[in-house]
Amino acid sequence: MRNSSRKRGQANGNGRLIVEDRENLTFSVHRKVFVSPEVLESENRSIFDKCWIYVGHASEVKNPGDFRTRHVAGRPMIFCRDRQGTVRALFNVCRHRGALVCREREGNTRQFYCIYHGWSYNIDGSIKGIPGDEAYPPGFDKQGKGLVPAPRLEHYKDFYFLNLDKDAVDLHTYLAGAKDYIDLVVDQSPSGKMEIISGVQEYDIKANWKLLVENSVDDYHLVTTHSTWLNYMRNSGVNITPAKGHMLPTKGFGKDLGNGHLTTDNPNYRGRPVARWISVFGEDAKTDIDAIRKELVERLGEARAARVADTNRNLCIFPNLVINDGSSVTVRHFTPVAPDLMHVTAWALGPVEETEAQRARRLHAFLTFYGPGGFATPDDVAALELAQQGYAAWREVPWTDLSRGMGNSQEQLATDEGHLRVFWRKWSSLVEEGAAA
Amino acid sequence: MNAPLDPASTVTRAEVEDLLYHEADLLDNWKLDDWLKLLTDTAEYYVPPNDKPEGDHRFTLFTVADDIVRLRERIIRLNDPNCHAEYPPSRTRRLITNVRITGSEGDLILVSANFAIFRHRRNEAAPRQFIGRYRYKLKQTGAGLRIQERRAILDAEELGAMGAVSFLL
Repeated sequence: MRNSSRKRGQANGNGRLIVEDRENLTFSVHRKVFVSPEVLESENRSIFDKCWIYVGHASEVKNPGDFRTRHVAGRPMIFCRDRQGTVRALFNVCRHRGALVCREREGNTRQFYCIYHGWSYNIDGSIKGIPGDEAYPPGFDKQGKGLVPAPRLEHYKDFYFLNLDKDAVDLHTYLAGAKDYIDLVVDQSPSGKMEIISGVQEYDIKANWKLLVENSVDDYHLVTTHSTWLNYMRNSGVNITPAKGHMLPTKGFGKDLGNGHLTTDNPNYRGRPVARWISVFGEDAKTDIDAIRKELVERLGEARAARVADTNRNLCIFPNLVINDGSSVTVRHFTPVAPDLMHVTAWALGPVEETEAQRARRLHAFLTFYGPGGFATPDDVAALELAQQGYAAWREVPWTDLSRGMGNSQEQLATDEGHLRVFWRKWSSLVEEGAAA
Repeated sequence: MNAPLDPASTVTRAEVEDLLYHEADLLDNWKLDDWLKLLTDTAEYYVPPNDKPEGDHRFTLFTVADDIVRLRERIIRLNDPNCHAEYPPSRTRRLITNVRITGSEGDLILVSANFAIFRHRRNEAAPRQFIGRYRYKLKQTGAGLRIQERRAILDAEELGAMGAVSFLL
């Protein structure tokens, strides 16, 4: 719950880590939150064990028998579709002695099999075979020895999340206003069907995971951190002149979507495969992008089409899922490994109907900015790792300032930090106040 | 009419090795404008994703998939002190081995090689190691042997501790 007092925490007072002073308009985060193993342990219990955590997209397990193995909230999981077509998330852990029962990254199978003693499981998780099961005593519950499913697994428009807390609120309630922004992404597809494109980017950043939450939605850093990307755009004929009185070419906003979720919402200037042409796409692409645009308008009407095609939105679903609908669409989530180390997994997402040329254009646009080989992400990684290195002096230089835009009563720009404060308030309510997720 | 000459028979392995070693030297010394001169004016550079090393960049999200236009922009970026991921520039050392001419494709000579690249950064005790194989498509031109396509395929199951691929593999 939101702290009702005017002052959240108290600097140098009661040891609070998030200190908001609404009278003097300051918002400070104590850097202990980026370095402390105790804080990470507390986050694991209060956030990752309680919130809805992204698992995968339905398109990754299209057919019965399809599976993907991945870590979710640090747990080894099998994300799969059973013979009846039900999508499942199972702990990839043998009920006998605990070894992983599936070692491949992905595939299609009839069973999961433990190489240790040969216990096998059907793709719905039910027990299939136990070698030499006559040796177990009477009353041994063989049927009860299936793979353990995630306590909760729910989806919104094919984005599947699990919850380790069986008593959690339902996913749709949890997502609050974030649903509208997922809708804007999904509306790119004529059939409302998006798919994860093959090829995954998995990389470590030697920094605290929360820094990537901030970085993913922080437009204040764009001009300095990404000046070489802006040069690339300028060299390619894209107009990147800042709007009058603003840091960026367009005036964008930072928004509170409720329940710790947040987004930027920016008029586009950097091109979109659906559906705004820029010179980087090449003259040949103009007609095709016009046609995509026409379909959008016919299906959604002028206003909604413009909303989908002419805005960029970096959406953060608390705590660790980011969907950037910008130069392309990226779905990425990240998991803390240690206070100073996170593991990032990122995919590209696109409408299932895309033609070969449209798909190639989307992937090309993705790599202009995003990913470990893109023109921007490596500099984000550098910035986050430099911040983490600076936190070696967290005791002497303890406070991070997040007060940009606090003087604005309503409107928060994307270059303000109002949306970053949304994350930290939610974080504080869970970690410092023990609120329910 | 004689059968057209197999382009792979027009070079020796030693000549290919000379090109690859020269290229490695230019890259390790950050002589990137000179490196560009080793390329044809339609050259391409690829780093496939770790989970789909044989993928096609038109259908698969790569780590890097540059046509010559973007490759030239990448060099502009790498030469800029505001390329923060590479400033100060990494110290790299490339070991290139197992060089083989594997065949031809039209007028292109196909070459494979192995690489081990060690990337050292300030404030990092251990180098980040990039291990994998190259697949080249080379072209005989009036100016000598040139690179039409280079593909750096990493062996690791994921980028993981390699982090970003902010320099040229």
